[in-house]
Amino acid sequence: MSRMGGSRARREGWTALGFLLPNLLGFLVFTSGPVLFSLAISFSNWNLQQTVPFRWIGVENYAHMLRDTEFWLYTINTFYFLLGLPVSIAGSLFLALLLSQQIRGVVVYRTLFYLPSFTSGVALMILWKSLYNPDFGLINTVIRNVSDAFHLGITPPEWLLSTKNVLGLEVERIGVARAQWGLGARDAIIIMGIWTAIGGNNMLLYLAALTNIPQELIEAGQIDGAGRWALFRHIVWPQLAPTTFFIVVMSFIGGLQGGFEQARVMTGGGPAGTTTTLSYYIYTRAFEEFQIGYASAVSWTLFALIFVLTWINWRFGNREVHY
Amino acid sequence: MARMARMALLYLLLTLFAITTLAPFLWMVLTSLKPLEEVERLHPFPSTWRFDNYQQVLVQIPFARYYFNSLFVAAWVTFLTCLTSAMAAFAFARLRWRFRDGVFRLYLATLMVPGVVTMIPNYTLMVKLQLLDSYAGLIVPSAFSAFGTFLLRQFFLTIPAALDEAAEIDGASKWQVFWDVVLPLARPGLITLALFTFMGNYGSFFWPLVLIKSEHLRTLPIGMLFFDSTYGRQTNLLMAASLMNIAPLIVLFVVAQKFLVRGIQMGAVKG
Repeated sequence: MSRMGGSRARREGWTALGFLLPNLLGFLVFTSGPVLFSLAISFSNWNLQQTVPFRWIGVENYAHMLRDTEFWLYTINTFYFLLGLPVSIAGSLFLALLLSQQIRGVVVYRTLFYLPSFTSGVALMILWKSLYNPDFGLINTVIRNVSDAFHLGITPPEWLLSTKNVLGLEVERIGVARAQWGLGARDAIIIMGIWTAIGGNNMLLYLAALTNIPQELIEAGQIDGAGRWALFRHIVWPQLAPTTFFIVVMSFIGGLQGGFEQARVMTGGGPAGTTTTLSYYIYTRAFEEFQIGYASAVSWTLFALIFVLTWINWRFGNREVHY
Repeated sequence: MARMARMALLYLLLTLFAITTLAPFLWMVLTSLKPLEEVERLHPFPSTWRFDNYQQVLVQIPFARYYFNSLFVAAWVTFLTCLTSAMAAFAFARLRWRFRDGVFRLYLATLMVPGVVTMIPNYTLMVKLQLLDSYAGLIVPSAFSAFGTFLLRQFFLTIPAALDEAAEIDGASKWQVFWDVVLPLARPGLITLALFTFMGNYGSFFWPLVLIKSEHLRTLPIGMLFFDSTYGRQTNLLMAASLMNIAPLIVLFVVAQKFLVRGIQMGAVKG
């Protein structure tokens, strides 16, 4: 292969172009082209309703965004939704550890756990909307029954109708207030997300990684008299590091883009904008108010945010990974 | 004794997780079979089993039409994505050309671009091409996948190149090598990509939501959304519709889970 001549490379070049062309054309027209196009129009006042003449306005959209309280509140919402990730990832690992023991019916359990993840989408969100109904939903019914049975006196949360949240974030400005402390719409969406994702792809990835750990390593640990926890902490966990790293990076990328379907299907972005994420904000600006220029500026900001966080993950996360 | 206690705990935990996972689905099934006035009642089982709720869904909304639209669009997108991705993957994995690694890196880089960034320009493009509110508008922009190219390239790389060379010595053209040697061997990879693409597109929400205005072109997720906002009080019918919506996915998963699980595990491990 190393003796390959230049003429052969050139000849294969044309063949390669032939094979590549259908995909490359689509890629240029529907992916890379639009990325550049959207950067360009983020410097314009383009409005699809054409109430104002088209004009290049420099960084005005970005400047406006920095002064836009909504933008900052929705950025906070977007990050708030990431709070579910550690729980969901740890849960996936836990389930994978359970399934990797010598048990009967692994495939049955695995299929059951995977069910929410491969059926996720609008239908399941509509299902959860009724589960969360404060008066008749399954969840509050269970809470009320348990509370009555043990005389706990719990008032069930209002779920999707409530602006409360576990951090006590205020609604209209950036700050924390005691009255806001509790469980509300954002937490409801996070819990649903954990339920959906916990037995999904991440669990399968961990399961594959666990079966790939060399048995000698485990045995060596056992011979040295390591307990269960020490075995996990010093042998299994380091071996899982590349998988954990991959999962964390992908979860960040997905999580920061998320929240659109939930907002559109379950809450309309409310109550009081508390479940509006940046994706949903971009959607409303672009497709309900037709402010294409401004929406593009926000979408590029989201892109930059994802890019920077992924870079940080690579830069500092990779160091922890020992292959 | 300690071992038995440990196994008991293990199965207890697994069962608890399984119940938590299944409870919402079970509630969905039971509710879909209840008369409307019993939906808000606590008793889990319906007094009379209303199987005609499912028929009601088909009567009240053009659910069959939504089904057809979703399946039709997803099938076309899957076919085109597999074809274009496989051809491109062949060029990346098997042919030598000047900017190969650079172009491949560009493909990889776009995997990080949020969907909303490309969605806006693509929408304006559809407006210009007058493809708003059409099947073509739903299918064509989704038919070229950087992820698919990446996934199949990884698969192709595991197929020994000596097979290609042997075929070429026998006088096969590059296209024949691709079509007769590499593709048949990459069948598990193709099936995996087809399943991912089909399931992803079947549930696709954002693009049809902005693109489709006419009722007869609505796909299932969009139809479900409007069903929910117009008949949202009929929880029993809503649950019947949701169940019909996810049924094909369940069937597909049970039939093809070998490919899906392996695809997920392989696509990622060597990222």
